[in-house]
Amino acid sequence: MLNRTKHLNPKLFDADVEKKYIRDGFGQGLLFAGEKNRKVVALSGDLSDSIRLTQFKERFPERYFEVGVAEQNLATVASGFAYYGKIPFMTSFAVFSPGRNWEQIRTTIALNNVPVKMIGSHAGIAVGEDGATHQSLEDIALMRVLPNVTVIVPCDYEEAKKTVHEIVEHNKPVYMRFDRSKVPVITTNDSPFKIGKAEILWDSSNPVVTIIAIGYLVHNALLCAKELEKEGIQILVVNNHTIKPMDEELILGVAKRTGAIVTVEDHQIAGGMGSAVAEFLAKTYPVPIEFVGVDNKFGQSGTPAELIKHYGLDVESIKKAVLKIIKRNQKPY
Amino acid sequence: MELSKEKIIELKKTAKEVRRTIIKSLVSAESGHTGGSLGMADIFTAFYFHILKHNPEEPLWPERDRLILSNGHIVPARYSAMAHAGYFSVEELENGLRKFGTVFQGHPDRKFLPSMETTSGPLGCGLGQASGIALGAKMDGKNFYTYCIMSDGEHQEGNLWESVMFAGKYKIDNLTGIIDRNNIQITGRTENVMPLESLRNKYEAFNWNVVEVDGHDFVKFIEAIEMAKISHGKPTVIIAHTIPGKGIKEIENDYKWHGIAPNKEQGERFLLELNLD
Repeated sequence: MLNRTKHLNPKLFDADVEKKYIRDGFGQGLLFAGEKNRKVVALSGDLSDSIRLTQFKERFPERYFEVGVAEQNLATVASGFAYYGKIPFMTSFAVFSPGRNWEQIRTTIALNNVPVKMIGSHAGIAVGEDGATHQSLEDIALMRVLPNVTVIVPCDYEEAKKTVHEIVEHNKPVYMRFDRSKVPVITTNDSPFKIGKAEILWDSSNPVVTIIAIGYLVHNALLCAKELEKEGIQILVVNNHTIKPMDEELILGVAKRTGAIVTVEDHQIAGGMGSAVAEFLAKTYPVPIEFVGVDNKFGQSGTPAELIKHYGLDVESIKKAVLKIIKRNQKPY
Repeated sequence: MELSKEKIIELKKTAKEVRRTIIKSLVSAESGHTGGSLGMADIFTAFYFHILKHNPEEPLWPERDRLILSNGHIVPARYSAMAHAGYFSVEELENGLRKFGTVFQGHPDRKFLPSMETTSGPLGCGLGQASGIALGAKMDGKNFYTYCIMSDGEHQEGNLWESVMFAGKYKIDNLTGIIDRNNIQITGRTENVMPLESLRNKYEAFNWNVVEVDGHDFVKFIEAIEMAKISHGKPTVIIAHTIPGKGIKEIENDYKWHGIAPNKEQGERFLLELNLD
């Protein structure tokens, strides 16, 4: 059942659940951060409306910088601002940043170890109609491989706001990733959020599988849990928003409790959040894992819903993965 | 500040010591970039012994001028000038360059040596960083200057021109770029590998002041810096014409010396030649 201590949206499972853009949560969060901390500056790569910088730009024009369509310079200028002592938010679509400017991020931000906040929007297959060129399915892999970098994927509007609030004070390079579409609001203002602290959103007394999910797909994971409950299958659902550093204590705990894991993300399976979970559990407490994600393919145009179904990120696909792993666990080794 | 004759003589003397240390440290390292390091010895000497507002006792003094080295591979010249300026021991540098466990990394790494300001080496990145630093300082009304040393070859990087555009747009006039215009890069002459000219016209088109000087003439170079400091509403770039390998006739202007170090025997010969001068 839903974990009451997490104060989730009570209308979470309703057909008319409120849907909001995660990027609106980012924009709101940045506006508050700008009010609170004068060191915050925002850098745009000609995508300010898409990434919801408009309010910040109007409120703090002297702290807003338009770099133009130049993602490599976006990263290097942000690095300079951070080295000087500002708290720069560099924003673009994930496919361009970190997609195009990865080496600049590696050298001037990660290796230099300066607290730039790197915002990758419009990530994942759910970008939809723009098609494969704009669907970033590799950015988590690109960023989690870099030492010094914290990687966070908020699950909804509310969590995006909290993420911005937390990362402003986090004196390290951070990569924050989110998608484009309007998605269900899962959490509330009262839900807990701490960098590096995963949350069990769905709990059961005798769970046999844990779904570890990130981003807007946490909602699909919860829908799946509810369906399985009706069928008498008890599971856990974890919102693993901080991919790096991962909440190892919690992940180890759920692996021990359930003995089987399904990871869920809108990203390539290779190198993504599921890989990070597998790397950790392989050396600490190996259990069977199924990976729900995009399986070594590029995307195509379509509505988010069509693509989510086609690439196997929908509730049905997650359910299949859960049932498969239960079967795997029943077989003797 | 007017340069006295005595000061010029002293700078030349120091530059010779800086070159000696470059050669000794490269010989001991058995690898590294000789041409550009010797070519920029005069400019680094001018910076650390005349231009920069700095304090070797407190390398991260908040009011210091920021010197960003974009083409990190010529760091032996920077290490050497800084060692002679009192940041660290000349002897440790001469024995420690590029060696395991020392702070003198092959390319500057601020984790090992914070006085490097930035970790650098991959080309084309420094000017953007310097722009961010200078713009941040301008926003806060800080009085220090930000300098960015670049190679000519790295002007083939797209990132660098993105930064030229940016600094021109934001009129970052507390920023000065210095181009080591030595006409060589690792595989040959710049104008054969990928022509760069006219650098002057290109920078001017992006709303920069451009000054061209002989990079081995202390008076002219320091004058150019003074002009850059008083420039208003535009960043300045100083195109410093230099001779790679400067001081050692047999390697001057030879692109093959971009990325190699002298062996022991060559090193001894080069040091003798410096003494003759």
